[in-house]
Amino acid sequence: MFALIRRKAPAPRHEPSLDELMTQRRLDPNPELKIRRDPAPTRWNYRYQRLMLTPLFRAGVRIGLPVLLIGLITLGWFSNAGNRAMLTTRISDWTEAFQNRPAFMVASMQVTGADSDLTAAILSDLKLTFPLSSFDLDLAGIRTSVIAYAAVKDATVGVQPGGTLVIAVTQREPVAVWRYNDDLWLIDDEGVTTGLLTARGDRGDLPLIAGDGAKEYIAEALALFQAAGPVEDRVRGLVRMSERRWDLILDRDQRILLPHDNPIAALQRVMALNEAQDMLDRDVITVDMRNAARPTIRLSQPAVAILRNTSATQVEAGQ
Amino acid sequence: MMHDLYDSQRAMRHMRKAAMQRGVVAILDVGTSKIACLVLRFDGPEKFRASDGVGSMAGQSSFRVIGAATTRSRGVKFGEVDAMQETERAIRTAVQAAQKMANVRVDHVIACVSGARPRSYGVDGEVNVEGNVVGDADIGRVLAACDVPDYGAGREVLHAQPVNFTLDHRSGMADPRGQIGNKLSTDLHLLTVDAPAIENLLYCIKRCDLDLAGLASSAYVSGISSLVEDEQELGAACIDLGGGSTGISVFIRKHMIYADSVRMGGDHVTSDIAMGLQIPHATAERIKTFYGGVIATGMDDREMIEIGGDSGDWERDRRTVSRAELIGIMRPRVEEVLEEVRKRLDAAGFEHLPSQQIVLTGGGSQIPGLDGLASKILGQQVRLGRPLRVQGLPQAATGPAFSAAVGLTLFAAHPQDEWWDFEVPTERYPARSLRRAVKWFKDNW
Repeated sequence: MFALIRRKAPAPRHEPSLDELMTQRRLDPNPELKIRRDPAPTRWNYRYQRLMLTPLFRAGVRIGLPVLLIGLITLGWFSNAGNRAMLTTRISDWTEAFQNRPAFMVASMQVTGADSDLTAAILSDLKLTFPLSSFDLDLAGIRTSVIAYAAVKDATVGVQPGGTLVIAVTQREPVAVWRYNDDLWLIDDEGVTTGLLTARGDRGDLPLIAGDGAKEYIAEALALFQAAGPVEDRVRGLVRMSERRWDLILDRDQRILLPHDNPIAALQRVMALNEAQDMLDRDVITVDMRNAARPTIRLSQPAVAILRNTSATQVEAGQ
Repeated sequence: MMHDLYDSQRAMRHMRKAAMQRGVVAILDVGTSKIACLVLRFDGPEKFRASDGVGSMAGQSSFRVIGAATTRSRGVKFGEVDAMQETERAIRTAVQAAQKMANVRVDHVIACVSGARPRSYGVDGEVNVEGNVVGDADIGRVLAACDVPDYGAGREVLHAQPVNFTLDHRSGMADPRGQIGNKLSTDLHLLTVDAPAIENLLYCIKRCDLDLAGLASSAYVSGISSLVEDEQELGAACIDLGGGSTGISVFIRKHMIYADSVRMGGDHVTSDIAMGLQIPHATAERIKTFYGGVIATGMDDREMIEIGGDSGDWERDRRTVSRAELIGIMRPRVEEVLEEVRKRLDAAGFEHLPSQQIVLTGGGSQIPGLDGLASKILGQQVRLGRPLRVQGLPQAATGPAFSAAVGLTLFAAHPQDEWWDFEVPTERYPARSLRRAVKWFKDNW
């Protein structure tokens, strides 16, 4: 114990002997003259140097060997099944931990731009359980499923800061009611049905169209309704005849037969006649505009009879 | 004649072509005192000189030096491999350092030999031109027709360069191809060396996993690098004072016509100093390079050099020597070397050349006052030469000691046409003799 903690004694100073002093007295006059060993590489050293100066070999040593070594080590590590499993679990753990960070979490969902029925339908259809990582959200898939609804024209799906999934829906606006097979369909301006209607009175504000192929020409129909503005309160609806042309139905079973070509101009002519001569207020059943050169009016039966009587009395009076 | 040699040299040329395609080739100068290795990168063949007179058959290229290394040579004596393992180690050191600097692997090497007792032969051959116009085949034939002297067993041909062509009565042609004439003769400069010395060097290089793409005499390549163009044209001798051997090459008309080597050099000077002053070789080498000289003045008597030692004996370790004494040791040996060179030049008939310029290069040429001494022995036209500048060569390798290495780079880039660069003479093929027989029949019946 004592020996362990004792300081090491300083080495005694070297006292030069007389011989040493005598030999050290004179410096070597020309030290470079001392016989030098001639340095010569050994045969193997020489060969090794030459080998290392061979470009291909050197490249092999500098690049090939490390690559081979690393490859072998990696291969050896991966050949162990436990190592592979560890690596995969490690990677999945890392990705999960990253994806489940609070910054990426989605806590709620919000549907904008849709009416209550559509909102309820979308919410019930998506069946998402919150909170949810935004990496697990298939936004494109959600969008396609939302767009699949007939009432949806377009939709934007995105996660807003704060962790809200926002589905901004542009709903189709019905512009007309289409009667077809005793059903009443709501139709938007592209001719797409957006829903069923139980009674006409539910949407009395929308014009009615009917007939096969009517919804494909909804734009024309809307233009015709526009043109029929002066008799708006009398319009009952438009009927597509033979999938070719329109008939405008007014109340009192009046019917305006419009041509296939240029129906709007024909209707405007009728409206002009009506304004000038109150044609439609009279006892007319049908205004046939199909032949633009020969517009035809059909009167009702009593009107015909009255007209006939009147003309007979006139003839008699004239005679 | 010399079929094996022809094939082996041709194989070496192919190796050189392969090296050119890879774009990297090493230069190896295995000397007695140092081994230098340069790594050259070739930018691509035929950048210039494509249409400039005589094209080289082996292809030309522009290059830069991307790596250079020098190491102390071991196991080499007189420019020849003495201890093979040591030499191999030294080559390995140099090549590895140069490779490291260049950061590129080198597979092909072009080497030079400084020793190996080179011997020059001038041979000639004569042949009748087939048809009127001289073609490549005629040149191959005339080169093959040279009567090769019996240079002895155990020797190899290192260079066989056509120096001169004569067509009928016109001599001194560099390239007779496409010219009209009947009789074509050539002068061939043949340089042979000791085969075992070469084989030892090749074995060392092979042990270093390198392929030999060329072999040259170091006297020749240092002549290429240190002689300027007009010296090569008009006639000059390059004296490469190396460590263990002194190379001599004589040039005229841009061709080497003679090469030799004296088996003495700077190392002998060093060992003279070591023996004379009783000091180790390393110290001797050091004081030679620092204080050496060949012409003593009165000042040199007073300049004392500590030569020291590490013996522990005070008297011995405090020795000094005057510079005049050092010069007195060095000068006789340098004179001896130069005298020997002089003898070789005289034997070669150097005095008959129109210009007798002598260029001193190599590490030994850095001795102060050497040009003065050399002009007394070799003649008046002496200058010190440094190698040509080469792109990318480090400053440390631009001295005269590197003239052989630099010359090898030039040799690698623009090799001289040699005998084996031309096609095999068709006379070897049996079809040829058959045709000749048919011709004989046609002519006689």
